[in-house]
Amino acid sequence: MAGNGVWRQILDYSHRADPYPLFAQLRETPVLRLEDGSYVVSTYREIVALLHDPRLSSDVRNLPDVAATVGSTSDDAPPGLPPNFIRTDPPEHDRMRRLLTWNFGPPHRPGRIDGMLPELLEIVTGLIDDFAGMGTTRVDLVDRFAYPFPVTVICRLLDVPREDEPRFHALSGAVIEANNPATAGIAERQRRREKAMADLGQYFATLLDARRDRPAGDDLLSGLLRGDGAEEPMTREQVLSNAALLLVAGHETTVNLIANGILTLLRHPEVLDRLRRGNEPDLAARVVEELLRYEPPVQILSTPRNAVADIEIAGTIIPKGSPVILALAAGSRDPAVVPDPDRFDPDREHNEHLGFGGGIHYCFGAPLARPEARIALTELAYRLENPRLVDDPPPYRASPSLRGPRHLLVDIDGVEPARPPSEHPIAHLRRLP
Amino acid sequence: MKVVVDLTRCQGYAQCVFAAPDVFTIRGDEALLYDSDPDERQRERVERAAAACPVQAIVLERQDGRRGQRHSPQPAIGDFEEAFMRNGHVVIVGASLAGVRAALVMRRQGFTGPLTVIGDEPHLPYDRPPLSKQVLIGQARALGTELPRRDEFDVTWRLGVPAAGLDLIGKQVELADGQKVGFDRLLIATGLRARPWPNEAEAALDGVCTVRTPEDAAALRRLLTAKPDRVLVIGAGFTGSEVASACRDLDVPVTVVDRGPVPLAGALGALIGRVAARMQREHGVDLRCGVQVEALEGDGSGRLRRARLSDGSVLDVDVAVAALGSIRNVEWLEGSGLAAGAWGVTCDAGCRAMDVNGVVADDVFVAGDIARFPHPVYNYQYLALEHWGNAIAQAEVAAHNMISAGSRRWPHLRLPEFWSTQFDTEIKSVGVPTYADQVVIAQGSVAGRRFVAAYGYQGRITAAVAFNQSRWLEFYAELIDRAAPFPPSFPTVDPPSDGHPVAAEVPDRPTPTGQATVVVTGHKPSERRARLVSRPYL
Ligand SMILES: Cc1cc2nc3c(=O)[nH]c(=O)nc-3n(C[C@H](O)[C@H](O)[C@H](O)COP(=O)(O)OP(=O)(O)OC[C@H]3O[C@@H](n4cnc5c(N)ncnc54)[C@H](O)[C@@H]3O)c2cc1C
Ligand code: HEM
Ligand code: SF4
Repeated sequence: MAGNGVWRQILDYSHRADPYPLFAQLRETPVLRLEDGSYVVSTYREIVALLHDPRLSSDVRNLPDVAATVGSTSDDAPPGLPPNFIRTDPPEHDRMRRLLTWNFGPPHRPGRIDGMLPELLEIVTGLIDDFAGMGTTRVDLVDRFAYPFPVTVICRLLDVPREDEPRFHALSGAVIEANNPATAGIAERQRRREKAMADLGQYFATLLDARRDRPAGDDLLSGLLRGDGAEEPMTREQVLSNAALLLVAGHETTVNLIANGILTLLRHPEVLDRLRRGNEPDLAARVVEELLRYEPPVQILSTPRNAVADIEIAGTIIPKGSPVILALAAGSRDPAVVPDPDRFDPDREHNEHLGFGGGIHYCFGAPLARPEARIALTELAYRLENPRLVDDPPPYRASPSLRGPRHLLVDIDGVEPARPPSEHPIAHLRRLP
Repeated sequence: MKVVVDLTRCQGYAQCVFAAPDVFTIRGDEALLYDSDPDERQRERVERAAAACPVQAIVLERQDGRRGQRHSPQPAIGDFEEAFMRNGHVVIVGASLAGVRAALVMRRQGFTGPLTVIGDEPHLPYDRPPLSKQVLIGQARALGTELPRRDEFDVTWRLGVPAAGLDLIGKQVELADGQKVGFDRLLIATGLRARPWPNEAEAALDGVCTVRTPEDAAALRRLLTAKPDRVLVIGAGFTGSEVASACRDLDVPVTVVDRGPVPLAGALGALIGRVAARMQREHGVDLRCGVQVEALEGDGSGRLRRARLSDGSVLDVDVAVAALGSIRNVEWLEGSGLAAGAWGVTCDAGCRAMDVNGVVADDVFVAGDIARFPHPVYNYQYLALEHWGNAIAQAEVAAHNMISAGSRRWPHLRLPEFWSTQFDTEIKSVGVPTYADQVVIAQGSVAGRRFVAAYGYQGRITAAVAFNQSRWLEFYAELIDRAAPFPPSFPTVDPPSDGHPVAAEVPDRPTPTGQATVVVTGHKPSERRARLVSRPYL
């Protein structure tokens, strides 16, 4: 099967820098059956249809393979703990997601993220200030910028001590590794992920115990234990499981969006210049959306969904029980729907990309990741003097699913001082009275 | 700045609320309400919201002409078409959603001839749905819901003068002020008006109103902010229910009276209507069904004081909102020879008007609430829809067809779609729920008020309605297009506790059908096509 070969090449590390020609080949078979019986879907319309198809479950416990090996324990959770909400179906999914939103966004806290914008700018300013005073110099913008920024933010949201980073970084890395379909079969990866998530859950258990005697804070986790009045609060086990998910999702994805963004802007200096000039108020937001389409950090939803009924799609029947993998990055560049898809064009109209997924599992952290990336890229564009890419392509991380540069070496001639808030192009950083 | 959200597209992802929390709000799970005319200082946030919307449902007025210019005109085939694209004179009567949309689409498709839009209202074209929602609760201004207009929008507006007649032979529209406007092609988009309280003297009482225009909404908003003792809503359709919801939001006591068995029964059937009834009562609405208002009574100074109901009860009320449905604006077409009447203006699926003989008239097209058109999916039955999404979709097809040669015209095959925002709940429907003999809860929980109901007719699925579950609806739309069997027989996530079909209890049943049915394929209006197939599952 030709398609299986293409899929193997996509997973193969040697194609990490530019998988898009392979995605184009993959799209020739919109619904591809892999040798292990799972299905890969790569065309835009079919992916969108499946994201809204109630016959597709996100609960991996439905997969015969996983059920057989793992027994009663669940995905992404310490053994014996319930699955977190990315791996559950409604109504449980919706209930947990509502509870998590209680302290994060509308309807109860609509202005929370908006209110964090000044804080995000402050963190970014501090990180860039650290490159100053060195004249012409070489910096790794992953290690010194794209990674520490979102980690600091998610730590504050979850009230996790920033100093613990080395500890949870290793655990989170193990989760990402287990997500990589190139490493092992579904069931084995599931087992590894559970182990890593169990350790993360353990870490959160210690944190929550230490906090027990303090008054409930404004972080997302305290909100969970309190409940929102209308819904029952989560159990402690559910809180641990979801906390681990948020920590991993919150710091393994935005780093890639920012790093992919810097790389793409350096490859498209005309857009970088427009961003630097700062006279198009909506440009940064549209650059971020176009990045999510053109170089999406989540390329493939590789922890499979599964069909709870036979699903006929694009002339193929996906039999009940089959694992289903959605190749989001291939869909967002489908020429049947997106004009001139291989062009990076922040001015495109109607950018309905798949970068954050869609349907009920649409990315929970999207409203945070967007301003993070927007502020990060705007500030870098404005403040780095004459940035030059050292390696093109840069070295990539291992995963084909959560894809991004491992390092991004950039030579700069210096750093402009930060602008005072009054001159800042990201105007209205504070809420209007 | 002007903002419009296409709520038929919106799936309640709330990304706009995160980005611009002072402009957009979400009630409950996914009921979106927004300020249509936010302060210019919000522009940056609103632009970010528009960029972030996962389904790109937010339409804005832009400051610069950067976008919207990249539409390549369609290549003309044939001399006539080419000449028409350059110099043809198009007249649109009705300067509202459908009329404005059609003008925009024609310009985008490369039509450069003169384009005249005639409207009887003095306002610039505006959006109506906020008038019974955001405006009543004070989140948007009644006179602030103008439709965003793009700069490519080069048209001659004739506002404030009604069209009074149509001369098909002489190809001209006669205006009430005696002027005549000649056309090569005409679009009729004169929509509806609210059906007033039938007793004229009672309707004239201070405190009795309807909701269709900004003036109506402004007047009702004033009455509501004056803290009335009790508001009476006559008619529990969508508009009446939305007004009642606004009253409860403002903590104003409200009684809703409807002669039907439950609210929304006319549109969604009795099963879902019973859900709506519980919802209203839980929100403190005094709901009285199976009852009629017999008389409205005023005091000496002409203020509304009381309502007498058919069950003998008397209510002290100081505001009464007549939400009795609508009347189609067809009077100006009397004597024109077109098939225009109380049902609207009849046209074919290509939006071409029919004359009284049922023969398609050349060069006259129809779109929006005024149109009555056959839909292949519903056995070619004529539909007359009062839906925002239909006005847009039909206007697009009409506009395209007005500037295209016969062979390149599109059929208007969009499935009907509707939304209503009330009591912190987003109600959405796709298909025609009244075209049904049975209904089943397909997903979710009715008690939790998060569910999808599927409607079927003679074994095929014909519609679906969601309460706070709009993200699943496109799946059901696809089933309707494919003429999938009813009841759905496959398992899904979030299965309902009771998945047995029950009688639809809808007002008028469709006529029985033959042995063939229609499936529709394609997504864009340019792609959608119907095909007749035999029905193996009957
Ligand atoms: C309060 C309210 C709430 C609504 N909420 C929803 C909702 O939640 N969801 C939904 O899907 N739909 C909703 N709708 C319906 C939606 O607004 C209509 O479907 C839409 O406005 C139809 O647009 P149209 O252009 O066809 O007609 P209209 O908007 O009725 O416009 C027709 C225009 O033609 C003008 N006109 C009439 N006669 C003449 C004449 N002789 N000469 C010149 N001009 C003339 C009229 O004054 C009017 O300006 C709502 C409508 C109202 C009133
Ligand atoms: C650029 C950064 C990000 C990208 C590209 C991204 C992408 C995605 C995608 C594609 C999904 C859908 C998964 C599926 O359908 O199975 C998702 C879900 C999710 N994301 Fe993100 N994400 C990002 C940042 C974040 C952040 C910062 C957080 C946490 C604060 C987060 C938390 C989540 C959660 C919890 C889910 C599951 C939602 C659900 O199941 O309802 N993400 N994300
Ligand atoms: S779908 Fe778009 S308009 Fe609707 S709530 Fe989400 S972001 Fe807002």
